[in-house]
Amino acid sequence: MAKKIEGSPGYAPGTRVSTKDIVQKKISYSWWEPEVQYSWSMGQAMSKFIMGLKDGKILGRTCIKCDRVLVPPRMFCEYCYGPTDNWIELKDTGSIETYSISYLDSDARRIKDPILIGVISIDGASPQHGFMHYFGEMTKEEIHIGMKVKAVWKAPKDREGAITDIKYFKPLKGGGKK
Amino acid sequence: MNDVAVIGAGMTVFQRRLKETGKELSYLATKMALEEAGITKKDIDMVVMGSAPDAFDGIHQKGENLLDGAAGAGKPYVRVFNGGGTGVFAPIAGWWHVASGVADIALVVCEEKMGNCYPHPQTAFRHIWDPILDRPLAPNLVWLFAMEMNRYMTKYNIKKEDIARVAVKNKRNAVGHPCAQLPDEKITIEDVLNSEMMAWPVQRLDISPPSDGASALIFCSKDKVRQFTDDPVWVDGVGWNIDSTMWTNRDLSFPRYVANAARMAYKMAGIHNPRKEIDFAEPYDPFDYKELHHMEGLLLCNKGEAPILTREGVTERDGNMPMCPSGGLMGVGNPIAATMGQKICELYWQLAGKAGKRQIPTDPQVGVGQAWGDIMQMATVAVLRRG
Repeated sequence: MAKKIEGSPGYAPGTRVSTKDIVQKKISYSWWEPEVQYSWSMGQAMSKFIMGLKDGKILGRTCIKCDRVLVPPRMFCEYCYGPTDNWIELKDTGSIETYSISYLDSDARRIKDPILIGVISIDGASPQHGFMHYFGEMTKEEIHIGMKVKAVWKAPKDREGAITDIKYFKPLKGGGKK
Repeated sequence: MNDVAVIGAGMTVFQRRLKETGKELSYLATKMALEEAGITKKDIDMVVMGSAPDAFDGIHQKGENLLDGAAGAGKPYVRVFNGGGTGVFAPIAGWWHVASGVADIALVVCEEKMGNCYPHPQTAFRHIWDPILDRPLAPNLVWLFAMEMNRYMTKYNIKKEDIARVAVKNKRNAVGHPCAQLPDEKITIEDVLNSEMMAWPVQRLDISPPSDGASALIFCSKDKVRQFTDDPVWVDGVGWNIDSTMWTNRDLSFPRYVANAARMAYKMAGIHNPRKEIDFAEPYDPFDYKELHHMEGLLLCNKGEAPILTREGVTERDGNMPMCPSGGLMGVGNPIAATMGQKICELYWQLAGKAGKRQIPTDPQVGVGQAWGDIMQMATVAVLRRG
Protein backbone atom coordinates (compact mmCIF):
# COMPACT_ATOMS: atom_id res chain seq x y z
CA MET A 1 0.00 0.00 0.00
CA ALA A 2 1.32 3.42 -0.96
CA LYS A 3 2.16 5.95 1.74
CA LYS A 4 -0.53 8.09 3.36
CA ILE A 5 -1.22 11.39 1.59
CA GLU A 6 -2.83 14.50 3.03
CA GLY A 7 -6.21 14.99 1.36
CA SER A 8 -8.27 12.54 -0.68
CA PRO A 9 -7.67 10.07 -2.17
CA GLY A 10 -5.72 9.27 0.99
CA TYR A 11 -3.29 6.97 -0.79
CA ALA A 12 -2.67 5.80 -4.35
CA PRO A 13 -2.82 2.01 -4.76
CA GLY A 14 -1.62 0.22 -7.91
CA THR A 15 1.74 -0.93 -9.27
CA ARG A 16 3.13 0.88 -12.31
CA VAL A 17 4.76 -1.33 -14.96
CA SER A 18 6.30 -0.48 -18.34
CA THR A 19 6.15 -2.13 -21.77
CA LYS A 20 9.78 -3.09 -21.15
CA ASP A 21 8.75 -5.09 -18.08
CA ILE A 22 6.47 -7.12 -20.36
CA VAL A 23 8.89 -7.49 -23.30
CA GLN A 24 11.67 -8.58 -20.94
CA LYS A 25 9.23 -10.90 -19.12
CA LYS A 26 9.86 -9.21 -15.78
CA ILE A 27 6.17 -9.68 -14.97
CA SER A 28 3.96 -12.71 -15.57
CA TYR A 29 1.49 -12.32 -18.42
CA SER A 30 -0.50 -14.34 -20.93
CA TRP A 31 -1.09 -13.51 -24.60
CA TRP A 32 -4.00 -14.03 -27.00
CA GLU A 33 -4.58 -13.14 -30.63
CA PRO A 34 -8.25 -13.47 -31.50
CA GLU A 35 -9.07 -14.76 -34.98
CA VAL A 36 -12.57 -13.80 -35.95
CA GLN A 37 -14.29 -12.59 -39.11
CA TYR A 38 -17.55 -10.79 -39.72
CA SER A 39 -19.80 -10.11 -42.68
CA TRP A 40 -22.43 -7.38 -42.52
CA SER A 41 -25.53 -7.28 -44.65
CA MET A 42 -25.76 -3.68 -45.80
CA GLY A 43 -29.51 -3.50 -45.37
CA GLN A 44 -32.05 -1.69 -47.53
CA ALA A 45 -30.77 1.88 -47.53
CA MET A 46 -27.04 1.20 -47.70
CA SER A 47 -27.33 -1.53 -50.38
CA LYS A 48 -28.99 0.97 -52.73
CA PHE A 49 -26.54 3.75 -51.82
CA ILE A 50 -23.48 1.54 -52.31
CA MET A 51 -24.81 0.16 -55.60
CA GLY A 52 -25.32 3.80 -56.65
CA LEU A 53 -21.65 4.45 -55.98
CA LYS A 54 -20.80 1.50 -58.21
CA ASP A 55 -22.74 3.29 -60.97
CA GLY A 56 -20.95 6.55 -60.24
CA LYS A 57 -23.94 8.16 -58.50
CA ILE A 58 -24.49 9.63 -55.05
CA LEU A 59 -28.03 8.82 -53.90
CA GLY A 60 -30.01 10.46 -51.13
CA ARG A 61 -33.41 9.88 -49.61
CA THR A 62 -36.06 12.49 -48.95
CA CYS A 63 -38.14 13.02 -45.82
CA ILE A 64 -41.03 15.17 -47.04
CA LYS A 65 -42.41 15.74 -43.56
CA CYS A 66 -39.10 17.15 -42.23
CA ASP A 67 -38.22 18.75 -45.59
CA ARG A 68 -34.85 17.02 -45.55
CA VAL A 69 -32.67 15.34 -48.17
CA LEU A 70 -30.75 12.68 -46.25
CA VAL A 71 -27.19 11.62 -47.05
CA PRO A 72 -26.26 8.96 -46.05
CA PRO A 73 -29.77 7.76 -46.95
CA ARG A 74 -31.94 5.81 -44.51
CA MET A 75 -35.32 4.13 -44.81
CA PHE A 76 -36.70 5.97 -41.76
CA CYS A 77 -36.19 9.46 -40.39
CA GLU A 78 -34.63 9.59 -36.94
CA TYR A 79 -36.50 12.84 -36.10
CA CYS A 80 -40.13 12.43 -37.26
CA TYR A 81 -39.70 8.67 -36.95
CA GLY A 82 -41.71 7.97 -40.07
CA PRO A 83 -40.63 6.17 -43.24
CA THR A 84 -38.61 8.27 -45.70
CA ASP A 85 -40.19 8.94 -49.08
CA ASN A 86 -38.13 8.90 -52.28
CA TRP A 87 -34.71 8.16 -53.73
CA ILE A 88 -32.99 11.15 -55.31
CA GLU A 89 -29.79 11.38 -57.34
CA LEU A 90 -27.46 14.14 -56.17
CA LYS A 91 -24.44 15.78 -57.74
CA ASP A 92 -21.00 14.40 -56.95
CA THR A 93 -19.90 17.79 -55.68
CA GLY A 94 -20.08 19.43 -52.30
CA SER A 95 -18.16 21.48 -49.78
CA ILE A 96 -15.79 20.61 -46.97
CA GLU A 97 -17.65 20.71 -43.68
CA THR A 98 -14.55 19.92 -41.62
CA TYR A 99 -11.26 18.12 -42.12
CA SER A 100 -8.04 16.86 -40.54
CA ILE A 101 -4.49 16.33 -41.72
CA SER A 102 -3.56 12.98 -40.21
CA TYR A 103 -0.10 11.65 -39.46
CA LEU A 104 -1.62 8.55 -37.81
CA ASP A 105 -2.76 5.34 -39.44
CA SER A 106 -5.58 3.23 -37.98
CA ASP A 107 -3.20 1.54 -35.51
CA ALA A 108 -1.87 4.95 -34.38
CA ARG A 109 1.37 4.24 -36.26
CA ARG A 110 3.09 7.37 -37.55
CA ILE A 111 2.99 8.07 -41.29
CA LYS A 112 5.16 10.51 -43.20
CA ASP A 113 2.80 11.71 -45.94
CA PRO A 114 -0.31 12.90 -44.15
CA ILE A 115 -3.80 11.70 -45.05
CA LEU A 116 -6.27 14.51 -45.84
CA ILE A 117 -9.59 13.38 -44.41
CA GLY A 118 -12.86 15.11 -43.63
CA VAL A 119 -16.60 15.42 -44.03
CA ILE A 120 -18.16 16.56 -47.31
CA SER A 121 -21.61 18.17 -47.39
CA ILE A 122 -23.09 17.00 -50.68
CA ASP A 123 -24.64 19.60 -53.01
CA GLY A 124 -28.42 19.28 -53.19
CA ALA A 125 -28.70 17.52 -49.82
CA SER A 126 -29.79 19.24 -46.61
CA PRO A 127 -27.13 21.29 -44.81
CA GLN A 128 -24.48 19.07 -43.20
CA HIS A 129 -25.69 16.03 -45.08
CA GLY A 130 -22.82 14.03 -46.41
CA PHE A 131 -20.13 11.57 -45.37
CA MET A 132 -16.47 11.18 -44.47
CA HIS A 133 -13.91 10.73 -47.23
CA TYR A 134 -10.35 11.45 -48.34
CA PHE A 135 -9.21 14.59 -50.17
CA GLY A 136 -6.63 14.69 -52.97
CA GLU A 137 -5.09 16.93 -55.64
CA MET A 138 -4.74 19.65 -53.02
CA THR A 139 -2.03 20.49 -50.51
CA LYS A 140 -2.42 20.66 -46.77
CA GLU A 141 -1.94 24.41 -47.13
CA GLU A 142 -4.83 24.69 -49.62
CA ILE A 143 -7.46 22.62 -47.84
CA HIS A 144 -10.03 24.66 -45.89
CA ILE A 145 -13.54 24.48 -44.48
CA GLY A 146 -16.05 25.59 -47.11
CA MET A 147 -13.81 24.51 -50.03
CA LYS A 148 -15.86 23.31 -53.02
CA VAL A 149 -14.93 19.75 -53.99
CA LYS A 150 -15.81 17.07 -56.54
CA ALA A 151 -15.60 13.27 -56.34
CA VAL A 152 -12.83 11.46 -58.21
CA TRP A 153 -14.21 8.01 -59.11
CA LYS A 154 -12.45 4.74 -59.70
CA ALA A 155 -12.72 3.46 -63.28
CA PRO A 156 -16.09 1.62 -63.66
CA LYS A 157 -14.36 -1.77 -64.06
CA ASP A 158 -12.54 -1.29 -60.75
CA ARG A 159 -15.60 -0.37 -58.70
CA GLU A 160 -16.75 -3.03 -56.28
CA GLY A 161 -19.69 -1.50 -54.42
CA ALA A 162 -17.94 0.29 -51.57
CA ILE A 163 -17.42 3.80 -50.22
CA THR A 164 -13.94 3.52 -51.73
CA ASP A 165 -15.46 3.47 -55.26
CA ILE A 166 -14.86 7.18 -54.81
CA LYS A 167 -11.08 7.54 -54.62
CA TYR A 168 -11.18 10.98 -52.99
CA PHE A 169 -12.62 14.46 -53.43
CA LYS A 170 -10.58 17.03 -55.37
CA PRO A 171 -10.99 20.81 -55.59
CA LEU A 172 -13.84 21.81 -57.85
CA LYS A 173 -12.52 24.05 -60.63
CA GLY A 174 -11.51 27.26 -58.91
CA GLY A 175 -12.24 25.71 -55.50
CA GLY A 176 -8.61 25.39 -54.50
CA LYS A 177 -8.18 29.01 -53.49
CA LYS A 178 -8.84 30.15 -49.94
CA MET B 1 -37.54 10.44 -5.13
CA ASN B 2 -35.27 9.96 -2.14
CA ASP B 3 -32.36 12.35 -1.57
CA VAL B 4 -29.00 10.72 -2.22
CA ALA B 5 -25.66 11.54 -0.56
CA VAL B 6 -22.07 10.50 -1.24
CA ILE B 7 -20.30 8.96 1.75
CA GLY B 8 -17.07 7.60 0.33
CA ALA B 9 -14.82 7.50 -2.74
CA GLY B 10 -11.70 5.70 -3.87
CA MET B 11 -9.28 5.70 -6.76
CA THR B 12 -6.18 3.79 -7.88
CA VAL B 13 -3.09 5.14 -9.58
CA PHE B 14 -3.74 5.90 -13.25
CA GLN B 15 -0.92 4.68 -15.48
CA ARG B 16 -0.31 3.48 -19.06
CA ARG B 17 0.09 -0.03 -17.62
CA LEU B 18 -0.57 -1.34 -14.12
CA LYS B 19 0.46 -4.77 -12.91
CA GLU B 20 -2.88 -5.48 -11.18
CA THR B 21 -5.75 -7.08 -13.12
CA GLY B 22 -8.98 -5.15 -13.66
CA LYS B 23 -10.55 -7.19 -10.90
CA GLU B 24 -7.71 -6.33 -8.50
CA LEU B 25 -7.91 -2.63 -9.41
CA SER B 26 -11.66 -2.69 -8.76
CA TYR B 27 -10.94 -4.21 -5.35
CA LEU B 28 -8.34 -1.56 -4.46
CA ALA B 29 -10.60 1.37 -5.40
CA THR B 30 -13.62 -0.19 -3.65
CA LYS B 31 -11.64 -0.89 -0.47
CA MET B 32 -10.61 2.75 -0.27
CA ALA B 33 -14.20 3.94 -0.69
CA LEU B 34 -15.43 1.48 1.96
CA GLU B 35 -12.71 2.69 4.35
CA GLU B 36 -13.66 6.34 3.81
CA ALA B 37 -17.35 5.57 4.42
CA GLY B 38 -16.49 3.39 7.41
CA ILE B 39 -18.53 0.42 6.15
CA THR B 40 -17.86 -3.11 4.84
CA LYS B 41 -19.10 -5.20 1.92
CA LYS B 42 -22.08 -6.49 3.91
CA ASP B 43 -23.45 -2.93 4.26
CA ILE B 44 -23.68 -2.54 0.46
CA ASP B 45 -27.17 -3.24 -0.89
CA MET B 46 -26.44 -3.04 -4.62
CA VAL B 47 -23.51 -2.58 -6.96
CA VAL B 48 -23.18 -0.76 -10.30
CA MET B 49 -20.14 -1.46 -12.48
CA GLY B 50 -19.08 1.00 -15.19
CA SER B 51 -16.60 -0.08 -17.85
CA ALA B 52 -16.23 0.98 -21.47
CA PRO B 53 -15.52 -1.14 -24.61
CA ASP B 54 -14.71 -4.79 -23.86
CA ALA B 55 -12.16 -4.66 -26.66
CA PHE B 56 -9.60 -2.81 -24.51
CA ASP B 57 -9.47 -5.39 -21.73
CA GLY B 58 -9.85 -8.13 -24.34
CA ILE B 59 -12.47 -9.86 -22.17
CA HIS B 60 -16.00 -9.80 -23.51
CA GLN B 61 -18.84 -9.18 -21.06
CA LYS B 62 -16.18 -7.98 -18.66
CA GLY B 63 -18.77 -7.03 -16.06
CA GLU B 64 -18.73 -10.64 -14.95
CA ASN B 65 -14.94 -10.74 -14.97
CA LEU B 66 -14.78 -7.70 -12.70
CA LEU B 67 -17.67 -8.70 -10.44
CA ASP B 68 -15.75 -10.23 -7.51
CA GLY B 69 -13.35 -7.27 -7.33
CA ALA B 70 -16.27 -4.86 -7.24
CA ALA B 71 -17.86 -6.43 -4.14
CA GLY B 72 -20.76 -7.59 -6.29
CA ALA B 73 -20.77 -11.34 -5.62
CA GLY B 74 -24.08 -12.39 -4.10
CA LYS B 75 -25.67 -8.96 -4.61
CA PRO B 76 -27.86 -7.21 -7.16
CA TYR B 77 -25.21 -6.14 -9.69
CA VAL B 78 -25.37 -4.53 -13.11
CA ARG B 79 -22.85 -3.18 -15.57
CA VAL B 80 -23.72 0.01 -17.45
CA PHE B 81 -21.92 1.29 -20.48
CA ASN B 82 -22.00 4.20 -22.90
CA GLY B 83 -18.42 4.60 -24.01
CA GLY B 84 -16.69 7.67 -22.62
CA GLY B 85 -19.97 8.73 -21.01
CA THR B 86 -19.72 5.79 -18.58
CA GLY B 87 -17.62 7.61 -15.97
CA VAL B 88 -20.61 9.81 -15.11
CA PHE B 89 -23.36 7.44 -16.26
CA ALA B 90 -22.33 4.71 -13.77
CA PRO B 91 -22.79 7.10 -10.81
CA ILE B 92 -26.11 8.25 -12.35
CA ALA B 93 -27.20 4.59 -12.30
CA GLY B 94 -25.94 4.27 -8.71
CA TRP B 95 -27.93 7.38 -7.84
CA TRP B 96 -31.20 5.95 -9.20
CA HIS B 97 -30.70 2.73 -7.23
CA VAL B 98 -30.90 4.85 -4.07
CA ALA B 99 -33.24 7.63 -5.30
CA SER B 100 -35.83 5.01 -6.27
CA GLY B 101 -35.78 3.54 -2.78
CA VAL B 102 -34.73 0.04 -3.85
CA ALA B 103 -31.33 0.45 -2.12
CA ASP B 104 -30.16 2.42 0.90
CA ILE B 105 -26.47 2.05 0.09
CA ALA B 106 -25.20 1.58 -3.46
CA LEU B 107 -21.60 1.11 -4.52
CA VAL B 108 -20.41 2.30 -7.96
CA VAL B 109 -17.15 0.91 -9.33
CA CYS B 110 -15.56 1.98 -12.61
CA GLU B 111 -12.66 0.16 -14.23
CA GLU B 112 -10.64 0.31 -17.43
CA LYS B 113 -7.51 -1.52 -18.52
CA MET B 114 -6.44 -0.14 -21.87
CA GLY B 115 -2.85 -1.34 -21.55
CA ASN B 116 -3.90 -4.91 -22.40
CA CYS B 117 -4.50 -4.01 -26.04
CA TYR B 118 -1.78 -4.17 -28.75
CA PRO B 119 -0.32 -2.61 -30.76
CA HIS B 120 -2.29 0.30 -29.28
CA PRO B 121 -5.75 0.83 -27.73
CA GLN B 122 -6.49 2.78 -30.94
CA THR B 123 -6.59 -0.59 -32.70
CA ALA B 124 -9.65 -1.54 -30.63
CA PHE B 125 -11.28 1.79 -31.47
CA ARG B 126 -11.34 0.64 -35.11
CA HIS B 127 -14.26 -1.55 -34.19
CA ILE B 128 -16.57 1.29 -33.18
CA TRP B 129 -16.75 2.79 -36.69
CA ASP B 130 -19.61 2.09 -39.09
CA PRO B 131 -18.58 -1.03 -41.03
CA ILE B 132 -19.98 0.12 -44.40
CA LEU B 133 -19.34 3.85 -44.64
CA ASP B 134 -16.31 4.41 -42.42
CA ARG B 135 -14.16 1.32 -41.92
CA PRO B 136 -13.09 0.90 -45.57
CA LEU B 137 -11.36 4.29 -45.15
CA ALA B 138 -9.12 2.80 -42.39
CA PRO B 139 -9.95 5.55 -39.91
CA ASN B 140 -8.20 6.44 -36.68
CA LEU B 141 -10.44 7.63 -33.85
CA VAL B 142 -8.32 10.77 -33.41
CA TRP B 143 -9.68 11.87 -36.81
CA LEU B 144 -13.11 12.37 -35.27
CA PHE B 145 -11.83 14.71 -32.62
CA ALA B 146 -9.53 16.50 -35.03
CA MET B 147 -12.51 17.16 -37.30
CA GLU B 148 -14.65 18.36 -34.40
CA MET B 149 -11.84 20.54 -33.03
CA ASN B 150 -11.27 22.09 -36.46
CA ARG B 151 -14.97 22.84 -36.90
CA TYR B 152 -15.10 24.43 -33.41
CA MET B 153 -11.93 26.48 -33.98
CA THR B 154 -13.03 27.66 -37.41
CA LYS B 155 -16.59 28.59 -36.41
CA TYR B 156 -15.51 30.71 -33.43
CA ASN B 157 -12.12 31.81 -34.76
CA ILE B 158 -10.25 30.20 -31.85
CA LYS B 159 -6.45 30.16 -31.77
CA LYS B 160 -4.60 26.95 -30.98
CA GLU B 161 -2.66 28.68 -28.21
CA ASP B 162 -5.92 29.38 -26.36
CA ILE B 163 -6.77 25.69 -26.55
CA ALA B 164 -3.26 24.73 -25.41
CA ARG B 165 -3.84 26.75 -22.22
CA VAL B 166 -6.28 24.03 -21.09
CA ALA B 167 -3.61 21.32 -21.41
CA VAL B 168 -1.19 23.48 -19.44
CA LYS B 169 -3.70 24.28 -16.70
CA ASN B 170 -4.86 20.70 -16.24
CA LYS B 171 -1.41 19.11 -16.28
CA ARG B 172 -0.36 21.69 -13.67
CA ASN B 173 -3.50 21.07 -11.59
CA ALA B 174 -2.70 17.34 -11.63
CA VAL B 175 0.52 17.97 -9.72
CA GLY B 176 -1.54 17.82 -6.51
CA HIS B 177 -3.15 14.50 -7.43
CA PRO B 178 -1.53 11.35 -5.96
CA CYS B 179 -2.94 9.14 -8.76
CA ALA B 180 -1.85 11.33 -11.66
CA GLN B 181 -0.21 9.89 -14.77
CA LEU B 182 0.92 13.09 -16.49
CA PRO B 183 1.30 15.90 -13.95
CA ASP B 184 3.68 18.59 -15.15
CA GLU B 185 4.43 21.66 -13.09
CA LYS B 186 6.67 23.21 -15.73
CA ILE B 187 4.72 22.62 -18.94
CA THR B 188 4.22 25.70 -21.16
CA ILE B 189 1.94 26.66 -24.04
CA GLU B 190 4.97 26.40 -26.33
CA ASP B 191 5.52 22.78 -25.24
CA VAL B 192 1.98 21.94 -26.38
CA LEU B 193 2.24 23.91 -29.63
CA ASN B 194 5.62 22.31 -30.43
CA SER B 195 4.55 18.73 -29.62
CA GLU B 196 4.27 16.09 -32.34
CA MET B 197 1.49 16.64 -34.88
CA MET B 198 -0.91 13.67 -34.70
CA ALA B 199 -3.91 14.69 -36.82
CA TRP B 200 -4.09 18.43 -37.36
CA PRO B 201 -5.20 20.33 -35.35
CA VAL B 202 -4.61 17.68 -32.67
CA GLN B 203 -1.04 17.46 -31.36
CA ARG B 204 0.41 14.99 -28.91
CA LEU B 205 0.00 17.22 -25.84
CA ASP B 206 -3.60 18.06 -26.79
CA ILE B 207 -4.56 14.42 -26.01
CA SER B 208 -4.99 12.64 -22.69
CA PRO B 209 -3.12 9.34 -22.43
CA PRO B 210 -4.61 5.83 -22.50
CA SER B 211 -4.46 4.38 -19.00
CA ASP B 212 -5.24 1.57 -16.60
CA GLY B 213 -7.13 2.43 -13.43
CA ALA B 214 -10.24 2.14 -11.28
CA SER B 215 -12.38 4.36 -9.08
CA ALA B 216 -15.27 3.83 -6.67
CA LEU B 217 -18.04 5.83 -5.05
CA ILE B 218 -20.62 5.02 -2.36
CA PHE B 219 -24.13 6.53 -2.30
CA CYS B 220 -26.40 6.56 0.74
CA SER B 221 -30.07 7.43 1.26
CA LYS B 222 -31.07 10.47 3.32
CA ASP B 223 -32.58 8.17 5.97
CA LYS B 224 -29.25 6.52 6.71
CA VAL B 225 -26.73 9.24 5.95
CA ARG B 226 -26.55 10.71 9.47
CA GLN B 227 -24.99 7.45 10.66
CA PHE B 228 -21.97 8.27 8.54
CA THR B 229 -21.52 12.03 8.40
CA ASP B 230 -22.88 15.31 9.74
CA ASP B 231 -21.76 17.17 6.61
CA PRO B 232 -23.02 15.19 3.61
CA VAL B 233 -22.45 15.96 -0.04
CA TRP B 234 -25.70 15.54 -2.00
CA VAL B 235 -26.44 14.57 -5.57
CA ASP B 236 -28.86 17.35 -6.54
CA GLY B 237 -29.47 16.55 -10.19
CA VAL B 238 -28.54 14.15 -12.96
CA GLY B 239 -29.03 14.31 -16.72
CA TRP B 240 -28.15 12.36 -19.80
CA ASN B 241 -28.85 12.75 -23.50
CA ILE B 242 -27.67 11.26 -26.79
CA ASP B 243 -27.66 12.72 -30.30
CA SER B 244 -28.12 10.87 -33.60
CA THR B 245 -25.38 8.45 -34.63
CA MET B 246 -25.32 10.12 -38.07
CA TRP B 247 -22.39 12.26 -36.97
CA THR B 248 -21.65 13.54 -40.47
CA ASN B 249 -25.11 15.19 -40.38
CA ARG B 250 -24.49 17.28 -37.27
CA ASP B 251 -22.86 20.68 -36.72
CA LEU B 252 -19.89 19.63 -34.62
CA SER B 253 -19.18 23.16 -33.38
CA PHE B 254 -21.62 22.88 -30.45
CA PRO B 255 -22.54 19.75 -28.42
CA ARG B 256 -26.30 20.26 -28.18
CA TYR B 257 -26.70 16.87 -26.46
CA VAL B 258 -24.50 18.16 -23.59
CA ALA B 259 -26.79 21.18 -23.27
CA ASN B 260 -29.82 18.87 -23.21
CA ALA B 261 -28.28 16.71 -20.47
CA ALA B 262 -27.22 19.80 -18.50
CA ARG B 263 -30.73 21.30 -18.69
CA MET B 264 -32.17 18.04 -17.35
CA ALA B 265 -29.71 18.00 -14.42
CA TYR B 266 -30.11 21.71 -13.65
CA LYS B 267 -33.89 21.45 -13.66
CA MET B 268 -33.73 18.58 -11.17
CA ALA B 269 -31.26 20.54 -9.04
CA GLY B 270 -33.40 23.70 -9.13
CA ILE B 271 -30.62 25.64 -10.87
CA HIS B 272 -31.93 28.52 -13.00
CA ASN B 273 -28.71 30.38 -13.71
CA PRO B 274 -25.87 27.87 -13.93
CA ARG B 275 -23.23 30.57 -14.45
CA LYS B 276 -24.04 32.10 -11.05
CA GLU B 277 -25.21 29.08 -9.11
CA ILE B 278 -22.43 26.64 -10.01
CA ASP B 279 -19.10 27.26 -8.30
CA PHE B 280 -16.84 24.88 -10.24
CA ALA B 281 -16.97 22.13 -12.83
CA GLU B 282 -15.29 18.97 -14.01
CA PRO B 283 -16.12 18.99 -17.74
CA TYR B 284 -14.87 15.95 -19.65
CA ASP B 285 -11.43 16.74 -21.09
CA PRO B 286 -10.00 13.79 -23.07
CA PHE B 287 -8.67 16.51 -25.39
CA ASP B 288 -7.89 20.07 -24.30
CA TYR B 289 -10.46 21.59 -26.67
CA LYS B 290 -13.15 19.35 -25.16
CA GLU B 291 -13.00 21.20 -21.84
CA LEU B 292 -13.90 24.41 -23.72
CA HIS B 293 -16.52 22.71 -25.88
CA HIS B 294 -18.12 21.15 -22.81
CA MET B 295 -17.98 24.34 -20.75
CA GLU B 296 -20.16 25.86 -23.47
CA GLY B 297 -22.35 22.76 -23.67
CA LEU B 298 -22.85 22.90 -19.89
CA LEU B 299 -24.18 26.46 -20.41
CA LEU B 300 -21.46 27.91 -18.17
CA CYS B 301 -20.63 30.54 -20.81
CA ASN B 302 -21.65 31.67 -24.30
CA LYS B 303 -20.71 29.74 -27.44
CA GLY B 304 -17.10 30.51 -28.36
CA GLU B 305 -16.48 32.27 -25.02
CA ALA B 306 -14.74 29.45 -23.11
CA PRO B 307 -11.29 30.10 -24.65
CA ILE B 308 -11.54 33.78 -23.68
CA LEU B 309 -12.46 32.96 -20.06
CA THR B 310 -9.59 30.47 -19.97
CA ARG B 311 -7.14 33.09 -21.27
CA GLU B 312 -8.37 35.49 -18.56
CA GLY B 313 -7.66 32.93 -15.82
CA VAL B 314 -11.33 32.48 -14.83
CA THR B 315 -11.01 28.68 -15.03
CA GLU B 316 -7.86 28.36 -12.90
CA ARG B 317 -8.23 26.65 -9.53
CA ASP B 318 -8.26 30.07 -7.82
CA GLY B 319 -10.39 31.73 -10.54
CA ASN B 320 -14.09 32.57 -10.43
CA MET B 321 -15.16 29.37 -12.20
CA PRO B 322 -12.49 26.66 -11.73
CA MET B 323 -12.52 23.92 -14.40
CA CYS B 324 -10.96 20.50 -13.78
CA PRO B 325 -9.34 21.26 -10.41
CA SER B 326 -8.50 17.52 -10.26
CA GLY B 327 -6.14 17.87 -13.21
CA GLY B 328 -8.76 16.22 -15.42
CA LEU B 329 -8.11 13.53 -17.98
CA MET B 330 -5.35 15.64 -19.51
CA GLY B 331 -3.30 15.55 -16.30
CA VAL B 332 -4.50 12.59 -14.23
CA GLY B 333 -5.07 10.15 -17.13
CA ASN B 334 -7.87 8.64 -19.18
CA PRO B 335 -8.83 5.07 -18.20
CA ILE B 336 -12.20 5.73 -19.81
CA ALA B 337 -14.90 4.74 -17.30
CA ALA B 338 -12.55 5.10 -14.32
CA THR B 339 -12.41 8.85 -14.96
CA MET B 340 -15.35 8.90 -12.57
CA GLY B 341 -12.39 9.56 -10.22
CA GLN B 342 -11.89 13.05 -11.67
CA LYS B 343 -15.44 13.83 -12.76
CA ILE B 344 -17.51 12.76 -9.73
CA CYS B 345 -15.19 11.59 -6.91
CA GLU B 346 -13.37 14.93 -7.26
CA LEU B 347 -16.64 16.88 -6.89
CA TYR B 348 -17.24 14.99 -3.67
CA TRP B 349 -13.70 15.53 -2.35
CA GLN B 350 -13.81 19.24 -3.23
CA LEU B 351 -17.25 19.80 -1.71
CA ALA B 352 -16.32 17.83 1.44
CA GLY B 353 -13.16 19.96 1.79
CA LYS B 354 -10.99 16.86 1.42
CA ALA B 355 -9.09 17.68 -1.77
CA GLY B 356 -5.80 18.52 -0.01
CA LYS B 357 -3.38 20.29 -2.32
CA ARG B 358 -6.07 20.45 -5.02
CA GLN B 359 -8.61 22.16 -2.78
CA ILE B 360 -10.39 25.12 -4.39
CA PRO B 361 -9.69 28.00 -1.96
CA THR B 362 -13.10 29.69 -2.26
CA ASP B 363 -15.22 27.17 -0.28
CA PRO B 364 -17.29 25.81 -3.20
CA GLN B 365 -20.89 24.76 -2.50
CA VAL B 366 -22.08 23.43 -5.89
CA GLY B 367 -20.16 21.56 -8.60
CA VAL B 368 -21.08 19.93 -11.91
CA GLY B 369 -19.32 16.91 -13.45
CA GLN B 370 -19.77 15.66 -17.00
CA ALA B 371 -18.62 12.90 -19.32
CA TRP B 372 -18.96 12.39 -23.05
CA GLY B 373 -18.89 9.35 -25.25
CA ASP B 374 -19.98 7.06 -28.07
CA ILE B 375 -19.45 8.71 -31.49
CA MET B 376 -19.35 12.32 -30.20
CA GLN B 377 -22.99 12.06 -29.16
CA MET B 378 -23.47 11.00 -25.52
CA ALA B 379 -23.51 13.36 -22.56
CA THR B 380 -23.84 12.48 -18.89
CA VAL B 381 -24.08 15.19 -16.21
CA ALA B 382 -24.36 15.28 -12.41
CA VAL B 383 -24.69 18.22 -10.02
CA LEU B 384 -23.39 17.77 -6.46
CA ARG B 385 -23.97 20.14 -3.54
CA ARG B 386 -22.49 20.52 -0.11
CA GLY B 387 -25.12 19.83 2.59
